[in-house]
Amino acid sequence: MTIRTAAAVAAGKLARLGLQALGRGATALPGLVTLAVDPRAIGEMAAHLPRGAVLVSGTNGKTTTSRMLADIVRAAGWHPIHNRSGSNLDRGIAAALLAEASWLGRPRGDVGVFEVDEASVPRVLQQMTPRVVLVTNLFRDQLDRYYEIDALARRIAEAFAALPADVTVVLNADDPIVARLGDRHSGPVLTFGVDDPSVGGRVLQDISDATHCPRCNTPLAYARVVLAHVGDWSCPGCGLARPPRDVSATEVRLDRGGTLLRIAAPAAGALDPVRVPVPGLYNAYNALAAIACARALDIGLPTAVRAIAAFRPAFGRLEVVGAGGRWLRLVLVKNPAGFNAAISALLETGGRHRLLAALNDRDADGRDVSWIWDADFEALAPAVDHAVVTGLRARDLALRFKYAGVERSRLHVVDGWSEAIRQAIERAPAGGEVVVVATYTAMLALRDALARLGYVHQFWED
Amino acid sequence: MDLRICHLYPDLMSIYGDRGNVIALTQRARWRGIEVEARPHRAGERLDPDRADLYFFGGGQDQGQDVVSKDLAGPNGDALRRSIAGGAAVLSVCGGYQLLGREYVPEKAPAIPGLGVLDVTTRAGKVRFVGNLLAEAEHGMLIGFENHSGRTYLGPAAKPLAQVVVGHGNNGEDRTEGALQGRIVGTYCHGSVLPKNPWLADLLLLWALERRHGPVRLAPLDDADELAAQRSAAEVARARP
Repeated sequence: MTIRTAAAVAAGKLARLGLQALGRGATALPGLVTLAVDPRAIGEMAAHLPRGAVLVSGTNGKTTTSRMLADIVRAAGWHPIHNRSGSNLDRGIAAALLAEASWLGRPRGDVGVFEVDEASVPRVLQQMTPRVVLVTNLFRDQLDRYYEIDALARRIAEAFAALPADVTVVLNADDPIVARLGDRHSGPVLTFGVDDPSVGGRVLQDISDATHCPRCNTPLAYARVVLAHVGDWSCPGCGLARPPRDVSATEVRLDRGGTLLRIAAPAAGALDPVRVPVPGLYNAYNALAAIACARALDIGLPTAVRAIAAFRPAFGRLEVVGAGGRWLRLVLVKNPAGFNAAISALLETGGRHRLLAALNDRDADGRDVSWIWDADFEALAPAVDHAVVTGLRARDLALRFKYAGVERSRLHVVDGWSEAIRQAIERAPAGGEVVVVATYTAMLALRDALARLGYVHQFWED
Repeated sequence: MDLRICHLYPDLMSIYGDRGNVIALTQRARWRGIEVEARPHRAGERLDPDRADLYFFGGGQDQGQDVVSKDLAGPNGDALRRSIAGGAAVLSVCGGYQLLGREYVPEKAPAIPGLGVLDVTTRAGKVRFVGNLLAEAEHGMLIGFENHSGRTYLGPAAKPLAQVVVGHGNNGEDRTEGALQGRIVGTYCHGSVLPKNPWLADLLLLWALERRHGPVRLAPLDDADELAAQRSAAEVARARP
């Protein structure tokens, strides 16, 4: 390790101690300090991980997928270093390494599991070389920051082309933007996808990220559409099609609380079906992605499947907390595809729902709130019993509900996080459930308010 | 009374929530008892110049815009020009706005001709304008979110839709935002633009209905929520441009 890296580690560790003394979370700032002293610190520290590192990226599902993967490697007897809090820029990775490294920068774990913001993938790959890199999917997300998805996919593909041949790239075969990202990579590419013909419809959902062939621009044909542009796709123009799946879900059965998956992989033998204990098809994809990464790490599938079956959800991903004699189900949303996936999981449970909906427009939420008009509030509207609407852009959100057809008398615009929580609880019957749908910083603010009201712990203690 | 809306290239040109404009037009007509037909026109399909009263043309990614400009270079472009000459109203946003103009001039490539129904020209710019956009128009405030690198300049036949208060607008130089020419509106406001700017939605509805139904009066709606959203977005734009 260079003297510069050693100084960077020491500076980051001091920042971490300082924040802890103040009772603050230390999920990013110490990393920022370290990278300011030595921009190569991540690579220097990660190089000491004997089992290497996995980068988990993509628009949706990276937090859940990386947590599933961390559980899997733990079940294999390994010791992951993981940026669990979802702080997923390079500073978050640096902070996670710092938290688990000696003062000399030696990591105390043996494998890294790092969630990486998709726009940061090219930059992080310049700083470190992982053993495995995964892309779950690419959807429109906060375009004021990421611009168009084609351009982002091109940059990621270029970064993959520059990787050494001993890195395994793991890709979602069902996403036409993602499936081709490894074309110019010199090493192995491992794919996953859903092959149960009963999953998905034929109608393209109204989100047009990739309805055209990435090679020849002809409109894509779909035998099945699973979610937005993800599905069994092919190009009638040039014949490009979904690549063969190395890890495949041959049977997918959704129920209220989870999904039963039957998984097939070459040379894996027959496996018992696994129940993914978090609901929604998108969580089944997350499990499939984590299992594919386990395979890339040469971890046995029975071990991976066992860890998935015991999985517990993360902050704001359908976790349920008690508050004032009611149950709050927290659903983090940040883009139309994520919203639609969360909503369809909710609608699968049937009935009418009481909502607390919160929209912010900070950098981490996306400053452009236009995306709410791409999200399928029309599907949600008939299932809304009432909605307490809050956040910095509460009035935009209320308008979205109104134009989706929710009667005005069912909408309550409330300013102030604690007041919004209080009204949401009051408007629900004792023992009833309130679904909390919020963008990232709005969810953090609601969590803080819930903690102040004595209902939940601060989330970085997680 | 009935209204026919045509959403141009919804699979290619509907980014940053632009479809919210079709939702707003549809709902604001239905709330007044007007029947609405909203149909897509996709590249390669034949566009019927006599059908639609109102066209919506949103923004898209580069790949999508290539497909669209090819479709408009053929008979569908002539059909759309005929339809507009026959009195149909148009709302165009960002990429759609640029494609209705005379031409788009990339940095290092030959100019791409537009449909030529708006007297505007767009040149590629180096810096992308991204942020809240607040402007003042004749009939009211215009609020949205801009995200474009094209710089659009108005010719004598096009009037600016609004004057920029916060943000960049057409080109970041002359403080103009959007364009108005006959019954064609162009703007850089995503947001979606119509829900929070109900005066513009109603202006387009009025023009569109007049095409087949003669002069009409629109029943007033309770726009308290729309105006509250407009005010709060304007406050955000002023505080965090």
